[in-house]
Amino acid sequence: MSVDSATVRKIASLARIAVSDAEAEAMAPELSKILGLVEQLGEVDTRGVAPLAAVIPNHLRLRDDVVTDGDIRDRVLANAPQAEHGFFAVPKVIE
Amino acid sequence: MSDLTELTVAQLRDGFRAGKFSARETADQFIKAVEAGRALNAFIVETPEHAIAAAESADRERASGQVGPLSGIPLGIKDLFCTQGYQTTAASHILEGFTPTYESTVTAKLFAAGAGMLGKLNMDQFAMGSSNETSAFGNVISPWRRKDGGNTPLAPGGSSGGSSAAIAARLVPAATGTDTGGSIRQPAAFTGIAGIKPTYGRCSRWGIVAFASSLDQAGPMARDVRDCALLLEVMSGFDPKDATSLDAPVPNWEASLSSKLAGKRVGIPKEYRVDGMPGEIEALWQQGIAWMKDAGAEIVDVSLPHTKYALPAYYIIAPAEASSNLARYDGVRYGRRDLPEGAGLQDMYAATRAAGFGAEVKRRIMIGTYVLSAGYYDAYYTQAQKVRALIARDFQQAWEHCDLLLTPTAPSAAFALGEKQADPIAMYLNDVFTVPASLAGLPAMSVPAGLDGQGLPLGLQIIGQPLDEQAVLNAGSAIEERAGFVARPEKWW
Repeated sequence: MSVDSATVRKIASLARIAVSDAEAEAMAPELSKILGLVEQLGEVDTRGVAPLAAVIPNHLRLRDDVVTDGDIRDRVLANAPQAEHGFFAVPKVIE
Repeated sequence: MSDLTELTVAQLRDGFRAGKFSARETADQFIKAVEAGRALNAFIVETPEHAIAAAESADRERASGQVGPLSGIPLGIKDLFCTQGYQTTAASHILEGFTPTYESTVTAKLFAAGAGMLGKLNMDQFAMGSSNETSAFGNVISPWRRKDGGNTPLAPGGSSGGSSAAIAARLVPAATGTDTGGSIRQPAAFTGIAGIKPTYGRCSRWGIVAFASSLDQAGPMARDVRDCALLLEVMSGFDPKDATSLDAPVPNWEASLSSKLAGKRVGIPKEYRVDGMPGEIEALWQQGIAWMKDAGAEIVDVSLPHTKYALPAYYIIAPAEASSNLARYDGVRYGRRDLPEGAGLQDMYAATRAAGFGAEVKRRIMIGTYVLSAGYYDAYYTQAQKVRALIARDFQQAWEHCDLLLTPTAPSAAFALGEKQADPIAMYLNDVFTVPASLAGLPAMSVPAGLDGQGLPLGLQIIGQPLDEQAVLNAGSAIEERAGFVARPEKWW
């Protein structure tokens, strides 16, 4: 499977990464090469094999339904590029 | 005062407890070494004040007769571990300036045990790389040089290349690393030090910047096996804050360390004999087999038939998980934001991520996004998870015939910086021997075992059964004892 630059632009858009046409052009053969490497998995007979979900058997635990943190608003906002009035601030979403 | 940077962690600990030197003297000497070693670019941030505060606290505690397991020990911390009050970047511009308001579980355990921090160690960006060339803060340079009279800068391995270089150059006595597909073991092999990736779930992932969550594991890197054992004891343990943390007791690995392997069966997987592997590595492997026999182990030939599919499966699973994990870098909650004039929210995301992530990180996010996208998910991701099940099954079947596996750690010695950068696949092939154990969640370690013709270190890898770190460490100890590896880089920095 090889990808063209239109596909690269589509993937980049899904991944929310801005790419110029020149970058998309340059990435297409790189990604195709990596997809070429992974494609050999198609030759493995996996009929009847369940996909591996956990490498070491473990179980999901339940904890008591109690508050374990909170009251740390300022710490949560401390690294925000822009925080106003106790909130994360972003550019206007609705025009 | 003797040169304390020559001592191992165990020697520093014991000498401190015996009153031969103070923790402050140890910290001061390593702080000087860190400053003198800046040409290696091993650190992103130096934190001498942290090391000094921990040392002064250790000295006060010693006076009152109470010392922690790591009192008097200054460590290097890979910049993937969130450290409260100290910038944590994962070597990416997208996190530049990020100062966590919390401490990762592993560093919290190390500091509670008395250790101090000399600084945050450079690495491949988001732990994606095998040479440190993907760091946004410049590549680490290995302290090792080829014995050819030249001074070609060599890769320290990756992703934990700041850790490996700093230990080999004796800027730190030991460091934390993390390993997703070989990021502790390959840099350890490249720099002539020891490093262990424990069973998946031994060390809490809480507070470690996520790359591929089903594979990421923290572990110690140090000059010898004993130091790895004693550090791993402190770093391990159940953590309710990590849903995949193992609720299992942590054994006394250091106290039980033994280089006698009588009764152990060591498997030699025939599929690890790959095309184009240098003869020196094959010879070292044979030497390792002889050492195992000498230590009392029985050698058995085993087969891990799906080995050749481990790398392709890894390069679907790890990027898929990364594309999901790295979705959090959106320019809203932390890290950098790029807001072009008049841009809306979507444009801000795309601009921030385009400017913040390096080329290899983007490449992996794109691959991950592609293999998880509609129409491709089953063909790529589900198939890779099925192959992963077969790889894990190969190991389970091998354990019916043996207790441990012995392999080379990497298919070559350290390469020159820039040598493999142009071809991502050539770089990925470096992890061909380390990725299978990662996919199966098994404990594995690299120990220095010899030098190649250029005078560069080569490592041997030991892979063990789930939760049997003791057997891995013991086999490592047996190799260490017989290899008598004392080579070290000549100081040029």
